Amino acid sequence: MTLAVERRLEPAARLAPAVGTGPARRAWIGPLARHALLIAVAALLLLPFYWMLNSALKSNTDIFAYPIQWWPDPVRWDNFASTIGSRYFPFLRLLGNSVFFAGGVTIGTVLSCAAVGYGFARLRFPGRDILFTITIATLMIPPIVLFIPTYVLFSKLGLIGGYTPLILPAFFGNAFFIFMMRQFFLGIPWDLSDAARIDGAGEFRIFWEIMLPLVRPALMVVAVFTLLYTWHDFFGPLIYLQDAAQYPLSLGLYAFKSQRTADWANIMMGSFLTTLPLIVVFLFTQRYFLRGITTTGLKG
Amino acid sequence: MATMAMRRTAVSPLRRQESRAGLIFILPWLVSLLVFTTYPVLATFYLSFTEYNILQPPSWIGLENYQTIFTEDPAFWKAVRNSAVYALVSVPLKLVIAFGLAMLLNMGVRGIGVYRTVFYLPTLVPPIAATIIFLLLFSPAGGPINSILGWLGIRGPDWFNDPNWAMPALIVLGVWPLGVETLAFLAGLKEIPQDLLDAAAVDGAQGWQRLRHVILPLISPVILFNLVIGVIYSFQVFTQALVIGGFNGEPLESTLMFLVLIYRNAFRYFSMGYAAALSVILFLAVLALTLLIFRSSRAWVHYEGGQR
Repeated sequence: MTLAVERRLEPAARLAPAVGTGPARRAWIGPLARHALLIAVAALLLLPFYWMLNSALKSNTDIFAYPIQWWPDPVRWDNFASTIGSRYFPFLRLLGNSVFFAGGVTIGTVLSCAAVGYGFARLRFPGRDILFTITIATLMIPPIVLFIPTYVLFSKLGLIGGYTPLILPAFFGNAFFIFMMRQFFLGIPWDLSDAARIDGAGEFRIFWEIMLPLVRPALMVVAVFTLLYTWHDFFGPLIYLQDAAQYPLSLGLYAFKSQRTADWANIMMGSFLTTLPLIVVFLFTQRYFLRGITTTGLKG
Repeated sequence: MATMAMRRTAVSPLRRQESRAGLIFILPWLVSLLVFTTYPVLATFYLSFTEYNILQPPSWIGLENYQTIFTEDPAFWKAVRNSAVYALVSVPLKLVIAFGLAMLLNMGVRGIGVYRTVFYLPTLVPPIAATIIFLLLFSPAGGPINSILGWLGIRGPDWFNDPNWAMPALIVLGVWPLGVETLAFLAGLKEIPQDLLDAAAVDGAQGWQRLRHVILPLISPVILFNLVIGVIYSFQVFTQALVIGGFNGEPLESTLMFLVLIYRNAFRYFSMGYAAALSVILFLAVLALTLLIFRSSRAWVHYEGGQR
């Protein structure tokens, strides 16, 4: 497994987005037909998005109307206000909890994985290579195998019903992102750290003042993927949180749907509002998502 | 380099300093490996031989959990079947579609960035929201899927309420977000040197032959990756199944996935020992599958520069 990954490495120096800028490949159909094909596929992939917005702006009866309503008529813009104002879906509080949750996990993951990845990539210590192999092997463990004892552990510590079990482990690293950071650190020329060492700089100063600034794009890659996956996380909050006031958006949306089963328009608006922050973040940080995937050829 | 360090008999103070710094840097991860990985794996194995509800200490019951699972729990076999079907269908489907999308993106048309963004968007949608969207998308009343099928003269089923059609719809829901797989394939395709393709063309390789004998071998490492990760994660489906079928995998246990079974035993019934035994079975099954894939990969994964 490591072989396949390492084959795909790019040095940090070649961090420019590699996707979509290559030379045109041999044409097997005309450009018009190609665009038609791409547009058809794009339309198919976007249909669920369209249906989310379409339903979010309808009345509950229009959602199930016969014949089907392809366009909301009338457009119920006030669904925005009614969803955000609903006491079953306290959007601002849910959003705040999600930001806290995702922010905490992201900070913890970026800090720990940068340090650990650096240790694996740039420093020599006994047992390093075997430890790194073990780290990669842990990626094969289905998370559920770890969940029960971890839950029991946090329950013995009296920490169920809060964010500690959800955020704390992030500060101790994540195998996948450690692997990713290691790859980035390996791409930095050795002369840089050697020169600093000769000048008498300590290992921690080299890491903090020379190396970290050089891998800033990599830190962004780790940050955006962690943010995305934490925002998506449903299983963790479902297990560890008990008080609805602490729910993040994912769990809040589930509770909303469970309590207001027939209120589809507002549930769809809730789905849209849960997704929207990620789309905004994605549009601004897109290149880091692409870079993360191109650098490792692996998913986060 | 680590071996070099150890082979040296006289360890310089500088090297010792480096070793110490290295250990300090990876210390958080060492703690995590012990507390959040090794301990839970061992504890899961231990708990699987016990009866445990968290409040009372675990009591050893030997193989009883496993015996019950294999002989007296029809839900187990149902969940095994559902999860196996889901994996067998969704993993290859995802690979083929993601590869197709990557080939489309690699055709070299203008505005590829826009298409790439669109292809990635579904991956951003939280699973809980995606599931809610698909419930309406596949709704027989006012849903677009059955309306479009209607144009083709097909009377669509009542997807998520029909025990025969809930699983296919669940699979479609799982296949929708394939941005990561697509972009990984695309990156692999971009790395194929143009002169190799040109040489193949000179030798008369066209269309299918070119795909079969040039492109596929060259991106086989990416296929292996997407396959392994796809298999591991196909057994992790939880949110979608829970929202659609609840804890019983409605309708008629047709969406009862393995993780839902574990969840309901652990966190609804608080049968932690039983749930641990189920987790062990899942672990061993996934491990066996992964090893099988890696073994078989020697025959079909091509590494440039030869096998190391």
